[in-house]
Amino acid sequence: MADVPIIDEEMCDHCGLCVSICTCGALVMQDNMVQIIKADECGWCTMCELVCPTGAISCPFEIVIEGEEKK
Amino acid sequence: MTINLDALKSLPYFSGLSDSVLDSISSHVFEKKAVRGDTLVFEGDPVDTLYFVATGVVKVFKTSADGKEQILLIIRPGDSFNDVPVLTGGISLASAAAMSAVVLHGIKKKDLEAILKEHPQAALNVINVLSRRVQELVELIEDLSFRHVNSRVAKILLEYAGNGERPRLTQQEMAAMIGTAREMVGRSFRSLEEEGAIRVERNRIIIANYATLKKIAGVME
Repeated sequence: MADVPIIDEEMCDHCGLCVSICTCGALVMQDNMVQIIKADECGWCTMCELVCPTGAISCPFEIVIEGEEKK
Repeated sequence: MTINLDALKSLPYFSGLSDSVLDSISSHVFEKKAVRGDTLVFEGDPVDTLYFVATGVVKVFKTSADGKEQILLIIRPGDSFNDVPVLTGGISLASAAAMSAVVLHGIKKKDLEAILKEHPQAALNVINVLSRRVQELVELIEDLSFRHVNSRVAKILLEYAGNGERPRLTQQEMAAMIGTAREMVGRSFRSLEEEGAIRVERNRIIIANYATLKKIAGVME
């Protein structure tokens, strides 16, 4: 399964901006909570992180040196 | 009524005004909807409407001659755009586009001017909004003009490169570490990619040319 954006449920104010911005349909609002339903579809555009007004969703990058990546 | 009084009261433009004043203002407010990707304002066009974002996200941006986009502002619910051209009576200095489905509340220039003339509190609110906007733009200009963001992003990438033993970093965290705007970090990624120093593959930044990245970072052997 692909890595997914990290959602801090305590920081999330359920505004839904991340869901509205998600172009790949990976994020949905279910029971007033943001859920990631299609992890493989997430293209890591990081727009959800950009628009989140509370910093509740984050898309961290792993930084590797070519040739030394984990296989 | 297009907008309820609580929503109107929560807008920085109209905070501190009485319900009766807000009630009269609300009669001038109209609703506009747009879908993701719709351009709401074109740079250079005359503007006669101030918009508040009710739901969704709008980006305000400039496009260079070679098509590169520089986002100036991200407008979230409660924030406004078109402020400057509406108040100066001029043309739009930047373009604006919907980043998601959006609902906007608009007010025409002539109606806004009448409100500002009649209610000093609203005029003071506008000064506050514009002062904050100037502050944000000055910070962006400082980043674009004087700071070598690329070299500082390159330095962080070198410091945090590793085989899983180093913490992963978000663009927001990198921006905070080097004292710049998040947008500048994304811009640096693209610049470093163009120089062949890195490749961004989904959630991985691969240092493709270690020597080039070190040179950009100003790290000596």
